[in-house]
Amino acid sequence: MSTEQQKRPDGRDATTTDKPRVVTLPEDENRETLVNYYHQMLLVRRFEEKSDEMYKMARIGGYCHLNLGEEATVVGFCAGLEPKDYLYTNYREHGYALGRGIAPNAVMAELFGKETGCSFGRGGSMHMFSLEHRLLGGYGIVGGQVPLAVGAAFAVAYRGTDEVVAVQMGDGATNGGPFYESLNLARIYKLPVIFFVVNNQYGMGLPVEKGSAVSELYRKGCAFDVRGERVDGNDVLAVRDAVRRAAKVAREEHEPYIVEAVSFRHRGHSVIDPDRYRDEELVRQGRSLDPVPAFARHLLEAHIIDDQGLRAIDEQVEQVVSEAVRFAEESPFPAVETLFDHIYASDEHLQESK
Amino acid sequence: MAEISFRQALNDTLREELKRDDNVFLMGEEIGVFEGSYKITAGLLKEFGARRVVDTPIAENGFIGMAVGSAMLGLRPVVEIMTFNFIALAMDEILNHAAKIHYMFGGQTPVPLVIRTPGGGGQQLSATHSQNLEVWFAHIPGLHVVAPSNPADAKGMLKTAIRNNNPVIFIEHLGLYNTRGSVPDGDYLVPFGKAKIAKEGTDLTIISYSRMAAMALDVARRLEQENKWSVEVVDLRSLRPLDKETIVNSVKKTGRAIVFEEDWRSYGIGAEIAATVQEEAFDYLDAPVKRVANVEVPLPYSKPLESAALTGAKQLLDAINELAPRRRR
Ligand SMILES: Cc1ncc(C[n+]2csc(CCOP(=O)(O)OP(=O)(O)O)c2C)c(N)n1
Repeated sequence: MSTEQQKRPDGRDATTTDKPRVVTLPEDENRETLVNYYHQMLLVRRFEEKSDEMYKMARIGGYCHLNLGEEATVVGFCAGLEPKDYLYTNYREHGYALGRGIAPNAVMAELFGKETGCSFGRGGSMHMFSLEHRLLGGYGIVGGQVPLAVGAAFAVAYRGTDEVVAVQMGDGATNGGPFYESLNLARIYKLPVIFFVVNNQYGMGLPVEKGSAVSELYRKGCAFDVRGERVDGNDVLAVRDAVRRAAKVAREEHEPYIVEAVSFRHRGHSVIDPDRYRDEELVRQGRSLDPVPAFARHLLEAHIIDDQGLRAIDEQVEQVVSEAVRFAEESPFPAVETLFDHIYASDEHLQESK
Repeated sequence: MAEISFRQALNDTLREELKRDDNVFLMGEEIGVFEGSYKITAGLLKEFGARRVVDTPIAENGFIGMAVGSAMLGLRPVVEIMTFNFIALAMDEILNHAAKIHYMFGGQTPVPLVIRTPGGGGQQLSATHSQNLEVWFAHIPGLHVVAPSNPADAKGMLKTAIRNNNPVIFIEHLGLYNTRGSVPDGDYLVPFGKAKIAKEGTDLTIISYSRMAAMALDVARRLEQENKWSVEVVDLRSLRPLDKETIVNSVKKTGRAIVFEEDWRSYGIGAEIAATVQEEAFDYLDAPVKRVANVEVPLPYSKPLESAALTGAKQLLDAINELAPRRRR
């Protein structure tokens, strides 16, 4: 791996993310697409704020991890994939579920533990799933999803189709064995998999540089000859473009690829974490790079949208989120008689084939 | 004697043992700066520094293996696995290394290791985060497995665990951390392999451990107050070694037994105890041994489903009502 990959192909240096970079929106971007990215980022923002509120009202239980601060990373990532591509994530995945196109109603209903949720209320916040949207699950065991994605990519290669499998994980997950085994396996079998590392700079209370021998996490591919790059996770277009490059490599060359998006967790690890271990100044600094208002400003400055347009999006998003809460609230809980459903898959096809 | 929480008892004990022996050190995810996911290690990094309280990355197999290796050179690692579920990632180091090294090398190197970890469901943490896996470990010769139910035993058994020369799986419970009880001062040690009669009784015996033992004790006391049944509660405390003698003697006295456990029923602790009782007290039994355990399903997230899957005081009461001798009331 060359050090040149520390630079983005467009020459901008993506390795320092502590200063707001001057971002000019590319001329050739479709205006509607840009507005749509903003819309989606705002949806994730408001959805997560609402999840926090609903947790505090005891509508949501268990562990609940939010994507607040990671909106550009989430939306850029989803935009870089094609609908036919598959996705695995960790437990901080509400935004990815929305980004894959799962209805906000079904995501909120899952958080409420309702039968109408995207995992039928069985999984909760950490375990969203939709075959239709090719989200092959959020996973609560750190790193557990990574080998699964390699296996899905194996199935794709085996069948000779051209989907890509992307697997999202946090920085903390890159310190565990499953990650390294996965890189090696993906490389020796030449599998179309994208390792998407969301470096939000903390795994619970552990800063990246304390948990990882190298803090530029994309470089961890080096020992396996797996290519990679780092992008500014606050820049939705940069993330999208990096994921597109990765997808091209995976799809056309059948080579794994690492994209590391440097992002920032605005709040504690989960909704119940008071976040006392992070330096106040650091948190202030991190939050000041907030990608959502920043992107709104860029759109305004480029005259792609006006204040009225922004307000309209705001109202629309508010409405969608309140509707999701209403839907979740009014949906039924799974019937207790269904407790034993799904422990084993049905074997009816065995009968049929007789 | 001070009245303190289970959490405080563990915290105090770790502090005392760190002070007592420089070979003792703590290791685990988020135990230092974050002060422990469940705050068991609060304040210890400040007091003892990063040499003794080691924050690890999320690499369970790696750092448990490290702990085993350090124990081979005489250190006494006390490792926290954030919750019982994550121990799965370290199974090989525990099963094939920690539990084997002393035997396989002809007794040349002990492995004085403690792994502390909380189990427990009931907080809507769903299928992968709510498990009770004590049976996995209780099955393995070479390990000690203990599961105290109250602050005093937590202290006494953690001390024994740390000073013991073998790998110990020290099972805590999320639902016990805030419970309180009086704890003897000073160097208080509870031996392994000694069950405790938590309450005497004559009608039937409940055999349990960890949080379910605490719950069984509450139920038994309530029944006594209500003047219903006289229930004896055997708190195992130690699952391996298992105090068969206390179990068998109690069942010989009462003639009836219920095993109350929070893991899945099949192949569970209850199966082992029921087998022991029929082997050693068959002629004394007035009824078959009953098992009250969790329903056999991966724990679902949704509250009504989760509640239906967990065992608790109600299930225990039902079993008592079915099993208790009819002669009374
Ligand atoms: C195997 C395993 N070990 C420990 C945990 C507890 N845990 C949950 S999240 C987390 C931190 C993960 O950090 P990171 O991978 O950076 O992801 P982030 O939460 O920042 O998205 C830990 C230690 C777990 N769920 N699974």
